[in-house]
Amino acid sequence: MAELLWLIPALPFAGALLLVLLGSRLPRALVTTIGVGSVGISAAVTLLLGIEYLSESPAFYHQVVWNWFNVAGFSPSVAFHLDALSMVFIFVITFVGFLIHVYSTEYMAHDPDYARFFACMNLFVGSMLVLVMADNLLLLYLGWEGVGLCSYLLIGFWYKEKANGYAARKAFIITRVGDTAMAIGLFMLFQTFGTLHIQTISTEAVQVWDTDARMAVIIAFLLLGGAVGKSGQLPLQTWLPDAMAGPTPVSALIHAATMVTAGVYLIARMHVIFELAPGAMMAVAVIGAITLLLAGCAALTQYDLKRVLAYSTISQIGYMFLALGVGAWSAGVFHFMIHAFFKALLFLCAGAIILALHHEQDMRRMGGLQKKLPIVFWTFLIGAASLAAVPLVSAGFYSKDQILWLQLAGENGNIWLYLAGLLGAFITSIYTFRMVFLTFYGESKTHVGHQPTMAIKLPLIILAVLSLVGGFIELPHNFGHVVLFSDFLSPILPTISVVPDFNRYEWMLQLLAAVVSLSGIFIAYLIYLKKPDLRASLHRSETAMAVHRFWHSGWGFDKLYDTLLVRPYVFLAKVNKDDVIDSFYTFLTRLAEAFHDLFSDSQTGLVRNYVMGIVVGAIMILTITIFL
Amino acid sequence: MSSIPMEAGLLLAGILFVIGMVSVMIRRNVIFMLISVEIMLNAAGLAFIVAGSHWAQPDGQIMFIFILTMAAAEVSVGLALILQLYHHLKTLDSDAANFMKG
Repeated sequence: MAELLWLIPALPFAGALLLVLLGSRLPRALVTTIGVGSVGISAAVTLLLGIEYLSESPAFYHQVVWNWFNVAGFSPSVAFHLDALSMVFIFVITFVGFLIHVYSTEYMAHDPDYARFFACMNLFVGSMLVLVMADNLLLLYLGWEGVGLCSYLLIGFWYKEKANGYAARKAFIITRVGDTAMAIGLFMLFQTFGTLHIQTISTEAVQVWDTDARMAVIIAFLLLGGAVGKSGQLPLQTWLPDAMAGPTPVSALIHAATMVTAGVYLIARMHVIFELAPGAMMAVAVIGAITLLLAGCAALTQYDLKRVLAYSTISQIGYMFLALGVGAWSAGVFHFMIHAFFKALLFLCAGAIILALHHEQDMRRMGGLQKKLPIVFWTFLIGAASLAAVPLVSAGFYSKDQILWLQLAGENGNIWLYLAGLLGAFITSIYTFRMVFLTFYGESKTHVGHQPTMAIKLPLIILAVLSLVGGFIELPHNFGHVVLFSDFLSPILPTISVVPDFNRYEWMLQLLAAVVSLSGIFIAYLIYLKKPDLRASLHRSETAMAVHRFWHSGWGFDKLYDTLLVRPYVFLAKVNKDDVIDSFYTFLTRLAEAFHDLFSDSQTGLVRNYVMGIVVGAIMILTITIFL
Repeated sequence: MSSIPMEAGLLLAGILFVIGMVSVMIRRNVIFMLISVEIMLNAAGLAFIVAGSHWAQPDGQIMFIFILTMAAAEVSVGLALILQLYHHLKTLDSDAANFMKG
């Protein structure tokens, strides 16, 4: 079975290639079969491999497909490495990706560029699979850049709108900032180890460097730069809300299965280096904590349904960074998996709503959809419960509670990080249920046009089930004590040791988290449903509105970067429109042109003049031969 | 047979050559230009004959025969070209054929 490893990324690539070359000439049904089928078979292969992996439980599967190149002793191969960490990621990518593909067949059914859409989606899934299965960092970087390219292609999918093209370029350029940092980190890794093979680096790093070695810290920070760019964390988060310009299934794919979780994967994969650099670990946690708070506040004030979800993704990835930063590796990856389920679910529900309301995305013009879109309502409610971490029933509660608990109980725990996480959970449940109440309750404001069919309903129901039961594979110590997930990851990611006498407080902290989550929902209920005058009085207050505007603009980061970077750059470009260095070369061409004009005047086309030229020349030569 | 001095022969050849050359330069009618070129060729031929008789060698006369043959060929090609020129431009003015002006 293990020799089928290469099929998992190869199938989506093959699908993309077929659709790029022939897509516009094939009938729609065939395009659907290729586009959805390639990812579907890939998911089936993943399932088979997963079953075998679980029953055999080897350390890892490894397969060299071919040797990429060999330059001066540096010979990275196109080789795939499958261990527990990769297994979790490819499971989420192929399965959630497959469900999103199925959903897209209806969502994009009337789009003229149907084949182009599926070609890009397949390429996206394929690149992400290469990223998480690569056995060396160069191949990982290839997938990393492939994902960036596909995000550009898909965010700007409806390229006739100018704003979409702008959003696509923004996503590409901002993630490029992080990618450059990461590339420099890879160069330094190669300089130290002479290879980019991940396993070799992981085993040798401990021998080469002491804890806090300067080189290790620098490399960890550079890798963190790459992760921050791709995962939309502070200070490179501004591209993610604008990435909503793409079709909704694309948003679901970017936010749940691919792209933004690449940063989480990179940090988890290179955890050895991060453990050698406690400063960088702390930075990961602090970035996560600040990001989750800032993005949560920004999500509170958005009116665009998809933008709320975008900010909530930034915030939830903040939680993953928080977990990774204190060394709770498996808790971070667990939250990634659960987040993938409920965030894909929420985005797909949002897509169904947007489709039903004729591409209306403003929540102020929604409302009363509870009765009209019952399936979407129930599944959205389940996703929202998971996002808001409603205690006991939702998967999100177990994953988030684990992160919060380890902030205090873990060896690197910190009360401030815990409080930030708790406050973030409170904000999360407010904005989540604000979304639910504004969209599904109250009176109906827009006519419902399109009722979702099976292709939309089925992915929603499957994801909703996963969002409910997904949490039961990892339950807290005092409550069931199921550790299937962390046991599965324990050979790859070191387990976090818990301060021993802390265990008796665990139930208190869980109670606190539950109360925080429920009170957030209650506040949202008060403001947005029960007491409309409370909301009106908020709207009258001058300071509240100023804060609202500030948060609505995402803490003014766009404006800040605009004044600090974009404007000076555009100004410089304008001043230096005729490139200074270029002027030397323009001078050369001007000179050549002048000579050309001069000599072309001598070509009169008159035979007499040519004869004259010959005679004068002959006389000159004669004179020279006679007198010299 | 009273011999003509070589200088006189060469002077005549030189004068003829210059006349031919100047008229190629100042004439605009293509036929006259062709005639002028013939004059220049004959001047060169005369110089060969004079030199051959001065050194009592047959080479000069052989060269003259060559020049004569070449001139015949040249005239036939030249006349054909003139015919084509006239056919296209309806004139024999060489200045009218200045299509190659840069």
